[in-house]
Amino acid sequence: MFVARSIAADHKDLIHDVSFDFHGRRMATCSSDQSVKVWDKSESGDWHCTASWKTHSGSVWRVTWAHPEFGQVLASCSFDRTAAVWEEIVGESNDKLRGQSHWVKRTTLVDSRTSVTDVKFAPKHMGLMLATCSADGVVRIYEAPDVMNLSQWSLQHEISCKLSCSCISWNPSSSRAHSPMIAVGSDDNSPNISAKVQIYEYNENTRKYAKAESLMTVTDPVHDISFAPNLGRSFHILAVATKDVRIFTLKPVRKELTSSGGPTKFEIHIVAQFDNHNSQVWRVSWNITGTVLASSGDDGCVRLWKANYMDNWKCTGILKGNGSPVNGSSSQQGISNASLGSNNPNLQNSLNGSSASRYFFPPLDSPRAGSRWSSYAQILPPPPPPPPPPLIEHSCDADTANLQYPHPRRRYISQPLNPLPENEGV
Amino acid sequence: MEELDGDPTLTFIPGVNSKKRQMCFDWGPGEMLVCETLFKKKEKEEKVPGCPLIYIVRKDIDVYSRILRKLFNESHGIFVGLQKIEEESTGKSRKAQLVRVSKNYRSVIRACMEEMHQVAIAAQDPICGRQYSSQVSILSAMELIWNLCEILFIEVAPAGPLLLHLLDWVRLHVCEMDGLSADVLGSENPNKHENFWNLPGNTQTLTELELKWQHWHEECERHLQDGTFASNPHLESLCKVCRVEIMLGDDNALLEQKELLSNWYHFLVTRLLYSHPTVKPIELHFYAQSSLDLFLGGDSSPEPLDNILMAAFEFDIHQVIKECSIALSNWWFVAHLTDLLDHCKLLHSHNLYFGSNMREFLLLEYASGLFAHHSLWQLGVDYFDHCPELGRVYLELHIERIPLNTEQKALKVLRICERRQMTEQVRSICKILAMKAVCNNRLGSALSWSIRAKDAAFATLVSDRFLKDYCERGSFSDLDLIDNLGPAMMLSDRLTFLGKYREFHRLYGEKRFADAASLLLSLMTSQIAPRSFWMTLLTDALPLLEQKQVIFAAEQTYELMQCLEDLTVGRPEPRKLGGQRSQEDDVETTKVEMLRLALARNLARAIVKEGTLEGS
Repeated sequence: MFVARSIAADHKDLIHDVSFDFHGRRMATCSSDQSVKVWDKSESGDWHCTASWKTHSGSVWRVTWAHPEFGQVLASCSFDRTAAVWEEIVGESNDKLRGQSHWVKRTTLVDSRTSVTDVKFAPKHMGLMLATCSADGVVRIYEAPDVMNLSQWSLQHEISCKLSCSCISWNPSSSRAHSPMIAVGSDDNSPNISAKVQIYEYNENTRKYAKAESLMTVTDPVHDISFAPNLGRSFHILAVATKDVRIFTLKPVRKELTSSGGPTKFEIHIVAQFDNHNSQVWRVSWNITGTVLASSGDDGCVRLWKANYMDNWKCTGILKGNGSPVNGSSSQQGISNASLGSNNPNLQNSLNGSSASRYFFPPLDSPRAGSRWSSYAQILPPPPPPPPPPLIEHSCDADTANLQYPHPRRRYISQPLNPLPENEGV
Repeated sequence: MEELDGDPTLTFIPGVNSKKRQMCFDWGPGEMLVCETLFKKKEKEEKVPGCPLIYIVRKDIDVYSRILRKLFNESHGIFVGLQKIEEESTGKSRKAQLVRVSKNYRSVIRACMEEMHQVAIAAQDPICGRQYSSQVSILSAMELIWNLCEILFIEVAPAGPLLLHLLDWVRLHVCEMDGLSADVLGSENPNKHENFWNLPGNTQTLTELELKWQHWHEECERHLQDGTFASNPHLESLCKVCRVEIMLGDDNALLEQKELLSNWYHFLVTRLLYSHPTVKPIELHFYAQSSLDLFLGGDSSPEPLDNILMAAFEFDIHQVIKECSIALSNWWFVAHLTDLLDHCKLLHSHNLYFGSNMREFLLLEYASGLFAHHSLWQLGVDYFDHCPELGRVYLELHIERIPLNTEQKALKVLRICERRQMTEQVRSICKILAMKAVCNNRLGSALSWSIRAKDAAFATLVSDRFLKDYCERGSFSDLDLIDNLGPAMMLSDRLTFLGKYREFHRLYGEKRFADAASLLLSLMTSQIAPRSFWMTLLTDALPLLEQKQVIFAAEQTYELMQCLEDLTVGRPEPRKLGGQRSQEDDVETTKVEMLRLALARNLARAIVKEGTLEGS
């Protein structure tokens, strides 16, 4: 992993959520400053803020994109007890000229009596549906029956979970064998030992969501929850962020063994449990193939978990803050520039830091006779002698020194080379 | 990039204080978003501005290297070719094919390495130059490992030729700077060496080889005593080494010349050459291990490359792949090498994750990395195609995330999906494009995408937009498309109506009034036309009714009248209650009255005309 770019967010308060759109060419951010911002990636790879507007009258906790089949649609939820649906309107010529887009509020969902803590669009095969959950312990499922008219949302289901809800996750499986399913996590921290993860399944006969399972082993507050992409499996994989990271598999028990009309029962197994974050885990999320789980915790790190080909889950990567503050005025930077002699010390440190993570072959700046690493020199003339140190002010910073005179056993990581012309074909 | 095992890679996010804050993040298709936050913050607390930056974190940096892109491109061709190698071909021809494929891969690595080296030399920026140089050393090591694997696992050379291959291997990879070490392996004295170097033919038996070997040594010995080498102290010491070794059977003699040898495997091959030329494959690991131990002499511990080579000498393929996965920065090497070894039928014993095997696991990882790149993803498609277990579902998940910035790109993605009968992805992509077009008011494009998506509901919606546009502007856009709908017209009733209605306009324009009239009537009587549109259709009938010649026959006129009455009868008299009639209602009423008049007049003319014709 390497930092490829940094973008000045320009929010006036803490950012609570960042969200890529389906194709990864747009992103949205939301903040305690009550606003949402939308960013677009240009052909050259730069990110530009194309919209920024006040969305709520309280902190905005989460922002999320609908599938692009439904157009350019965002949902946000807030401390102000509401969730809202936003749609981008094309055609305002003035906006277009300024490189701005225009977002209009299509609906405000006001059913909650407390802070709305999470909002998630359902998998697209279910149509345009939205689930919210709130601190009062209710999960609400809304539907827009006419995808061309997003001002009409009907409250389809209200599921009372009894415990303050912090997070929800739809099961993404589109298999006909799987009924729509939603997992709910609770951050209730009263000293009871009730299960903090509940799984509800839609019943075709009663047309209602009914509780299918509770994860009895999860009794500490849960802050996030995430079903993995299904990949055609018969079972489901669920990641839970609680006092540690846990990964569960849920294998449906064959229907004929249970009563015909009731919800599916599951065989639940824990397949991994990691306390590397040392304390609370706040977010868990799968990559698009469901092969890597990322988690964020109180240790200030994002950790990446992956099963190897023996099905052993391991931490394979860590993103860690380097602690140094960033100059607030810095704007968007491509890190590839930084590696080519930018004077931003933070970015250089980051590159250098990451290079410490993996080693293999020390760089080959001056092959010595008998060097174990001069093996290519037979076919190639030796490179020129080491160049003079670059004109960077010498400091006591060990990293800087390391940059100029690589330790012969420095761990290797490939670093950005030439910045690529974005549209170069294969 | 994640590896199969080993320590996690650490990436520093500048400006984020991990001691006091946390990070929120999101996965994108090829990148990750990371941003500082504080999860415990309560609403009422003071403002706590965080790190002002959002970071884009990427996974696989090598994908973005211009030079390595050639490696990816060219090896892709070799990979695809390898998948086509006939399963049936066996024995020598198959082996020869596989060796050729292996050499092709190596030559691509070499070409890439040479280019990288040129760039490293030319680099103005020292940091940059060093990065290129380290890439060169990586590529060089890849080639070294690959070459050894080729000799041991693919060529499977027997005793005798094995040493010759190893000699070639070392000669190719050992530094020329060390003049003598090259001499050792080169031909310092051709007249004595000829026999040896000509050995590769399989015609000679090992016994013959041994005999010649002995003979050569005796000659060396004689030369040494004669002082033939006196002019060349290097050669002299070399021959002493040989002699000492032969006489005492002592590896240490050779080891004394350590500084002449660039590394332990150089030492190993030299040692084999002088003392064990007929080494058998199964004995290699013993010599390799002792050479490594002797060479390092406890001064330093083995590095990853040493471990990889050692694993190869031990014929532990899985260890080689595992160590390479840990040490190398991208999946290219392990994925291609493993695939090749799998084609050599060397990997059958390992059944792995989700029933997939190691080959597939590595290919999936490699291809997924390619999908992070805006154009290399196209290569990834073929790799997924050759992963029988999970390739399809990976392709489905990745390909629908390809940004559809241009029509050309969208068509490319669609072709790939259509060729593989990925109907859901085709539908979804078309639907996305249709929605995008509708939002931008490009109705023609929206219609053709919804037809391609076979999305009846959306086609109806777009058709309605077309008709609404027509009612407002009196003309159609995208005539080409609507005129050439063909069987696609049957997708939805509304689309059928749109197509037929446009056909009516065309007939009218071509002055084929009779055809136009009967089509217009049939649109209503067959109920294809939505009720809401009937008044427009009847209004369209007006000019036909007003023509000099009679176009609607009496029977047809009755039907038209029926339609008009059907339409008006259910309708309450406009706003009588309010007393005030809107202007719109007035227009509507006038229209109905005009139609009634025109219909009555036409009926009269039609009756007269039909009566006259019958009478004549």
